Amino acid sequence: MSVVVRTVSRVVAPVALAFGAYVIMHGHLTPGGGFQGGAVVASVVALLVVAFGAERWRKWTHALLPLEDVGAMAFVILAFLGLGATFFRNVLAGSGGLFGAPVPRLGPNPGALNTAGTLPLMNWAVGLKVIAGLGAVVILLSLFGREDG
Amino acid sequence: MLVHAPILAIAVPLLGAFSLLGVSYISRTWRNVWACLIAAFTSAMAVAVAIRAYTEGVVVYALGAASPTQSVTAGGFPIRIVLVVDGLGAFMGLIAALTGVVALVYCFQYLREEEGKNLGLSLLLLLWAGILGMVYTGDLFNFFVFLEVTSIAACALIGYRVWESRPPEAAFKTMAMYTLGGLLVLIAVGILYGEYDALNIAYLGKLIAGSPLDRLALGLLLGGLLMKAGAVPAHMWAPDAYGEAPAMATVVLVANTQAAIYAILRVVFTLYGGALASPGIGWLIASLGIATVLVAVLMAVVQRHLGRLVAYGAVSQLGYMLLAVGVGAVARGGFGEVALTGGIFHMINDAAAVGLLFLVVGAVRRAVGSVDLLSLGGLGHALRWEAGFFLLGALALAGIPPLNGFASKFLIYESTFRASPILAALALLASILLLAVVVRAFQGTFLGPRVREASPAPRGMLVAMGILALVIVVFGLFPGFFIERIVAPAVQAVLTGREAYLAAVLGG
Repeated sequence: MSVVVRTVSRVVAPVALAFGAYVIMHGHLTPGGGFQGGAVVASVVALLVVAFGAERWRKWTHALLPLEDVGAMAFVILAFLGLGATFFRNVLAGSGGLFGAPVPRLGPNPGALNTAGTLPLMNWAVGLKVIAGLGAVVILLSLFGREDG
Repeated sequence: MLVHAPILAIAVPLLGAFSLLGVSYISRTWRNVWACLIAAFTSAMAVAVAIRAYTEGVVVYALGAASPTQSVTAGGFPIRIVLVVDGLGAFMGLIAALTGVVALVYCFQYLREEEGKNLGLSLLLLLWAGILGMVYTGDLFNFFVFLEVTSIAACALIGYRVWESRPPEAAFKTMAMYTLGGLLVLIAVGILYGEYDALNIAYLGKLIAGSPLDRLALGLLLGGLLMKAGAVPAHMWAPDAYGEAPAMATVVLVANTQAAIYAILRVVFTLYGGALASPGIGWLIASLGIATVLVAVLMAVVQRHLGRLVAYGAVSQLGYMLLAVGVGAVARGGFGEVALTGGIFHMINDAAAVGLLFLVVGAVRRAVGSVDLLSLGGLGHALRWEAGFFLLGALALAGIPPLNGFASKFLIYESTFRASPILAALALLASILLLAVVVRAFQGTFLGPRVREASPAPRGMLVAMGILALVIVVFGLFPGFFIERIVAPAVQAVLTGREAYLAAVLGG
């Protein structure tokens, strides 16, 4: 692509990446979550593929495909953690620690970000899976139809 | 442990599907061991759920709750995703367990490493998890998700042989139909959610009053599920898919199709069993069923591709199930009960008989490299076991006593005759035609002088075929025993179990 497109992509890609990361990491509080943020990040992959050509990203697929499995497994294993009560039980919520901060009482408060227990972790797992899966799909589809696909 | 059995039966194959690729980096032996462990555990869980559902009644499992039975909030509103396994779901779980185990036993020596065995095994487990999810879930949107999981895994498995020309085409055709069907289901779910603010099947079943929107959603649900099931006039993907998919995948695809029939039963009898219990829906399903039977059998007559011939046979069997479901919905009790007994019993009989035929077709393709009836012949000399299994499966499919197909088909004829003698006569005629078709296929493939050398299937594949053959013979010899133990509770769950289903989820 032309130098204009490539320059603009260089500028936009980090911003879009940050936005995708925000949507994933803040997904338990605001609209969004792992899938939506992952799709945003995958759109960055699409942008880079369009701007710089698919050939350059071919070797990325080898890294992305195992990552997709890791994300999926992490999600299921997080769900398994709750098996003491039920599958998907949020064992970290309200337990103290990094993700289990107590839920503040209703009314004005400075904000508590980490009250959701396993939910942010699950969002990260789904985000990883979607980034890796959709990213690999975008790269492979744009390679498809060339000499060997 | 056993209290978590319903979700473990879904989550463990799901985890297995994702972890299989990682384990395959270590070694192939470990991957095979891992797949066997996953399969053994999953089927053990499915059996455990079935035993609980048969002995204690409806099994409810609320995901993420403080305890598995806490399916509603204090106000009586079902807020969580629930798994609900009644007699029918338990029965379908048993079918899924049987087909999954058989497929896995078969595929170890059937798939070749260099063509992507890792992916084949992984997709098989994913398809299995999807089917179990479809039949266990008590949440309409969750059902749609599992429907899509099976669709994606099924399409990828159908296109497994990407280096040939026809499998990708079959996979594409199937994907188009599955996506369209899934979309119809999704729109129906959206309509019901917009109307009642709920996705729980039991809760919706209580609320649905038969408004025009409800009727629209019913039409969309039935349309989508009939597409997924491959009923006429949306059957055109099924012969391609069954004919081109690797043999072990076809066995599970048959179970997947039956999960769509299960969903039709669930929609007609549980979700809409209160307000819209009109015989008109039954007549509609029954007429689509008889159309499926006739069209599929007539198409089977002219096939020369052995896989497609058996595939049309499989589609026709699906028509019998639809016919039985339709007659059951027309009568709801009396001869309708007989029809449902026949239809539900026919599901497991069909999975065994059609599955066995597909496995033999896969073995023939592996041994000879071709499934064109005009070029085959005389294979019975070399492939003795396969010939015997094919004959057994063919006769069971056509409903010859004392094999299992006879027991269930006879119940279907008998009850259909009470509803409409013409339908029964047509169904019987189709069965006779089917016998002619499969006998011709057997003769063309296995009989005659030895024309070429062929190496028999390895032992693992024969064991898989043997399991299904055993099911055919045992179910055929003792139909009463199995109908009483495993089919009758499923029928009762359909006909009279609606109140128990609703009460189990929503409380007293």
